[in-house]
Amino acid sequence: MTSILALLPFRPVDAVIAVPALAAILLAALPGRRWSARLNVGASLLTFLMALTLLIERPPGGGLLFVDDLNVVFVVLGTFVGFTTSVFSASYIAHEIEIGRLTLGHLRFYHGMYQALAFAMNLGLLADNIGLMWVAVELATLTTVLMVGIYRTHDALEAAWKYFILGSVGIALALFGTILVYMAAQPAIGEGEKAMVWTVLVAEAAKFNPELLNVAFVFLMLGYGTKVGLAPLHAWLPDAHAEGPTPISAVLSGLLLNVALYALLRFKMLLAANPGTVAPGPLMATLGLLSLIFAGFMLYRRRDIKRLFAYSSIEHMGLVTFAFGMGGPLANFAGLLHMTMHSLTKSAIFFAVGQIAQAKGTQRLAEIRGLTQSHPMLGWSLVVGVAAIAGLPPLGIFMSEFLIVSSTFARHPLLAVPLVFGLIVAFGALVLRLSDVAFGEPEGRSEPVEASYLPMVAHLALVLTAGLWLPPPLVAWFQHVARMLG
Amino acid sequence: MGGFALDLAHLLAGGMVLVSFMLLYQNRMFGLLNVFALHAVVLTASVAWQAFIQQAPHLYVTAAIALVLKAIVIPLALRRMVVRLEIHRSIETVGGIGLTMLMGIALVALSMMVMLQAAADADPLAREDVALALSVILLGLLMMVTRYNAVSQIIGFMSLENGLILAAAGAKGMPLVVEISIAFSVLVAFIVIGVFLFRIRERFDSVDTHALDDYREGRQ
Repeated sequence: MTSILALLPFRPVDAVIAVPALAAILLAALPGRRWSARLNVGASLLTFLMALTLLIERPPGGGLLFVDDLNVVFVVLGTFVGFTTSVFSASYIAHEIEIGRLTLGHLRFYHGMYQALAFAMNLGLLADNIGLMWVAVELATLTTVLMVGIYRTHDALEAAWKYFILGSVGIALALFGTILVYMAAQPAIGEGEKAMVWTVLVAEAAKFNPELLNVAFVFLMLGYGTKVGLAPLHAWLPDAHAEGPTPISAVLSGLLLNVALYALLRFKMLLAANPGTVAPGPLMATLGLLSLIFAGFMLYRRRDIKRLFAYSSIEHMGLVTFAFGMGGPLANFAGLLHMTMHSLTKSAIFFAVGQIAQAKGTQRLAEIRGLTQSHPMLGWSLVVGVAAIAGLPPLGIFMSEFLIVSSTFARHPLLAVPLVFGLIVAFGALVLRLSDVAFGEPEGRSEPVEASYLPMVAHLALVLTAGLWLPPPLVAWFQHVARMLG
Repeated sequence: MGGFALDLAHLLAGGMVLVSFMLLYQNRMFGLLNVFALHAVVLTASVAWQAFIQQAPHLYVTAAIALVLKAIVIPLALRRMVVRLEIHRSIETVGGIGLTMLMGIALVALSMMVMLQAAADADPLAREDVALALSVILLGLLMMVTRYNAVSQIIGFMSLENGLILAAAGAKGMPLVVEISIAFSVLVAFIVIGVFLFRIRERFDSVDTHALDDYREGRQ
C-alpha cells in the first residue's frame, strides 16, 4: 500500500488541502445543477480517501503542513462527515430548488462555499503554524456566515449578522492570543517564521515566559471557545444552526466546532509543556461544565427542532471540553471518543431533521407529531439518533459518557455531582421532546420526501457498532493520543 | 535614538487609546466616521514608525493598507451609505456616555495591570505597545456592546482590529502581519459593507440591530 502511495505524483497531505480548494474554484465558476452536486460529492469523497491515506503513511516534517497522531483523528473524522454530508446535501438542495427556496445561482454559490469551508477546516487542522491556523479558522467562519444567510429571510439575516459579529470578536481575541504566544516564544526561538511553528513551539515551550503564556491562553480560550460554542459565548450557535440550510447545521455541529476545539487542545498542550504556567485544565473544565448545565436547562424551552439540537451540541461540546479539561489518560480518551461519537450522531440527527422539516414544511416542534407513523423510516431514525445523543445504551455515546463520569468519580468526586445533574437534565428534555415528535397521532401537513437515507443510516450504524465493540487498533490509537494530550 | 524611538512609539500608541476614547463619546454618525478615519491615521503613523525602528520594510505595506483602506476608502464608503440610507441622525447608546467612559477607563487600567506585569521581562518597546494595543482592543469591544446601530458596531469592530494590527506590528519580527491585515481588510470591506448592510436595508428599512432583536422576540 505504501508503495502505491509513493507512486502518486503529489503528497496526499497536500491533496487534502488542494482538492477542496480546486473544487471550490471550479464549482463557483461553473453553472449547472445535477452535475455540480455530483462534483461536490466526488470532491468530498476524494478528499476523504486522501485523508485516509494519512493513516498509513505520514509525510515528513517541515513545510507548512504537518500530520501527527492527534490531528489525523480530526482530519479523517472531518472529511468523512464532510463526504456523507455532501451526499445528504445533494438530495436536500434538489428539494429546496424544487420548492423554490433557492435558485440555481444560489446553488453555485452554495457548492463553492461548501468546498471552501472544507478547504479552510482541513487547512486549520493540518497547519504547522499558529498564524496560518488562525487564518484558516477565520476563513471557515466567513464561509459559514455567508451560508447561514443564504435564505435572505429576516431570521437568516439576523442569525448571520449575530454569528458574524460574535464570530469576528472571537476570532479577534484569538488573534491577540496568537500574537502573545509569538511574543512569549520570540526571545527563546528568535524572530521570524520559526516562532510560530507548532512543532518548534512545543519543543521549546519550557523556555517561554510563563506569565505571558497564561494571559495568551485566556484570550485563546475566549476566542476559540466562542467558536466551540461554550457558554456564555454561545449566543451565535443556536441561531446559526436554525436558520441556515440543514447540511450546514450538520457541518457546523459535526466539524467546525471540532476544529475550534482542536485549536484549544493544541494550545493546552503548549501550556502543559511549560512548567511555570497555571494549569489550563480547570478553566476548560469550568467553562465546559457551565455549558453542559446551561444547555441542559435551555433544551426545555425550545420550540424549533433545529434550535433544540443546536443546544444539544452546546451541551456535548461542553462535556467534551470538560473531559479534556480534566485531563489524564482516561478522561482524554473518553473526550476523544465522545467528540467522535457526537460528530457522527449529531450530523445523522441533522440529516433526519432536514428531511423532516422538508416533509412537514416547518421546523416548529409543536407542528411535528407522530413521525413514526407518517414517515416510519425518518421517525425511527430520529428515535435512534435521539436515543444515542441522550446517552442510552448500547449506543456509542453511552459508553463515552460513562467513561467521562466514571473518571470524574475516580478523580474529583465532587465534580461528578454537577456533571451527572447536567446530563440528567438534558436527558429529560430530549426524551420529553422526542415522545411528542415521534409518537402519537400524526398531525399537520405531511408530504413524502425523496431522500437519501444512506448517510444517516451509515452514521447511526457506526455509532451503534462503536457502542457494542470498538476495534482494538482504534482503542490503542486513542489511548496513545490521550497520553499525548497529557 | 533609543529613548526617542521608544517615546515616539509610546506617544503614537497612546494616541490610539485617546482616539478610541473619542470614538466612545461620538453621538453623530459623521463625527464617528471622521474620528475613525483619525484612528486609522494614527495607526498608520504608529505602524510606519515601528517599520522604521525595527527596519522591517514589510510593515510599510501594512501601514499603507491602513492609510488607504481604513483612513480613506472605508470611511468614504460608509459616509455614502449613511447618506443614502438616511441614518445620519444621532446614535442611540446603551447606558450614558459618562458610564461608558468610566468603564473605558477601568478597562485601560485593567489591560495595563495585566500586560505590564505579564510581559515584565519582554522588550520594553513591545511591552508598552502590546499593553496599549490591548486597551484599544477592549475599548473597541466596549463600543460594540454599547451601540445598537450596525454602522457603529462595524466601526467598533474596525477600531478593535486596529488594536490588533498595532499589537502585531509591535511584536518584533512577527511574520504574517501583512497577510493578517489584508485578511482583516477583506473581511471588513467585503462582507460587512458589500453583503450585510444593503440586505439589511432591503429587508428591514433600518440598520438598527435592535430591530433584529424585536423581530425575534415577536416570533418566540
